[in-house]
Amino acid sequence: MASVRKKTAIRKSRRVVVLVATRKGAWLYHGDAARKNWRADGPHFLGHVISHMVLDPRDRRTLLAAAKTGHLGPTVFRSTDMGKTWKEAACPPAFAKAADGTGRSVDHTFWLTPAHANQPGVWYAGTSPQGLFRSEDGGVTWAPFSSINDDPQYREWMGTAQDGTPDGPKLHSIIVDPRDPKHLYFGMSGGGVHETVDGGRTWRVMIKGMDVVEGFGFDASKPTFHDPHCLRMCPGNPDRIYQQNHCGIYRVDRPSDTWVRVGKSMPKKVGDIGFPLVLHPRDDDTAWVFPMDGTRVWPRTSPDGKPAVYATRNGGKTWQRLDAGLPETQAWLTVKRQSMAADASDPVGLYFGTTSGELWLSRDEGRRWTCIAQHLPEIYAVEAAAL
Amino acid sequence: MKVLIPGALRSYTEQGEAEASGATLAAVLADLDRQYAGIRFRMIDEQDRIRRHIRIFVNGGQVRDLSRALNATDEVVIVQALSGG
Repeated sequence: MASVRKKTAIRKSRRVVVLVATRKGAWLYHGDAARKNWRADGPHFLGHVISHMVLDPRDRRTLLAAAKTGHLGPTVFRSTDMGKTWKEAACPPAFAKAADGTGRSVDHTFWLTPAHANQPGVWYAGTSPQGLFRSEDGGVTWAPFSSINDDPQYREWMGTAQDGTPDGPKLHSIIVDPRDPKHLYFGMSGGGVHETVDGGRTWRVMIKGMDVVEGFGFDASKPTFHDPHCLRMCPGNPDRIYQQNHCGIYRVDRPSDTWVRVGKSMPKKVGDIGFPLVLHPRDDDTAWVFPMDGTRVWPRTSPDGKPAVYATRNGGKTWQRLDAGLPETQAWLTVKRQSMAADASDPVGLYFGTTSGELWLSRDEGRRWTCIAQHLPEIYAVEAAAL
Repeated sequence: MKVLIPGALRSYTEQGEAEASGATLAAVLADLDRQYAGIRFRMIDEQDRIRRHIRIFVNGGQVRDLSRALNATDEVVIVQALSGG
């Protein structure tokens, strides 16, 4: 399908707040209008593992933070005053109790997605181990959403904790079609990509065209063997979705349901393995990735110790290296799948946070990078929200 | 009965000790949750299992079974295991 460049009228830029979730707490970085000066507000929940913190774009007031501590079970905290005060969810995401002893327990809420613009107060959450939950009261109470948490086929596809990432298998990348609140997607690390068009009554698997790891005889027709890392829907074109997968970078243009690997044109020495993927707020041909080393033991660090963001401006046909301002050598950076974000300004601001506690910013779509915070704990997620 | 609360959970109770009642450990935890909403789920998961990094002692002996019967004079101690973090 031909690309659609939505020439949306450029709105006056709003100030940006960058929400940083870390292994030891959360921070809000408030930027000035030029995105040059940043004021740190934090830590919030010092010592808590914050997996994701999101500002509700529908009211630009409600903050949700998915939290746990090293010893305690998971919960979700909620603020309606930009973090001055927080209240804990009365009923955080939890699986149903199983009478036969096979029930699972949520280790942590991993991913938070606000629902459709026409559904104020509705949120979705993805958990580890994989589960899908929904709140209809702004994150105060949560309930399992649709049947997948306990559906025998989905449980088989999800595998066990040993089939997942080092800190547990995850349900992530919950996407809501801005045209239709019943049209959703999600990904599972080990479990593939799934779509509903009827609000979760039924789901279909969407793995055509995706590769599985070679050499082990994995059956590519089974969702279990597919490992999407991050899915993003183009804000300017909801029919186009990009995917950073364990095996490379892909794109699908609906109504086709076949993924095409667009990462093959990345330089061979760098490869197209990585975790985060970020899209331009208006141009569906533009995307940014942060490649990492996926060879042998999967270091997941910048290839050759030379960190770079790569951008495509033509839907993945070609990619350009963007590393001005980043360390040039002996810099073994890891950026988790939720730790890269774009704001909606013009030019687009890009942000990424590393597991070594650095927060980086580009005010010019990746041409030049500046480190705006250091010495933070391991960064788990970064979001850029407009105030 | 007296229930000693670990540091990580004092955001709920504000004190290092709480008073709770119940004929079993499960009932005592339910009473704690009634007084301090949400505290139980941080220690006990949705399948009613004690979470991996939490330990519960009654009169100095570790207890893993929530149906353990308790007397009003028993002392319950909830601790963070020497793990997690």
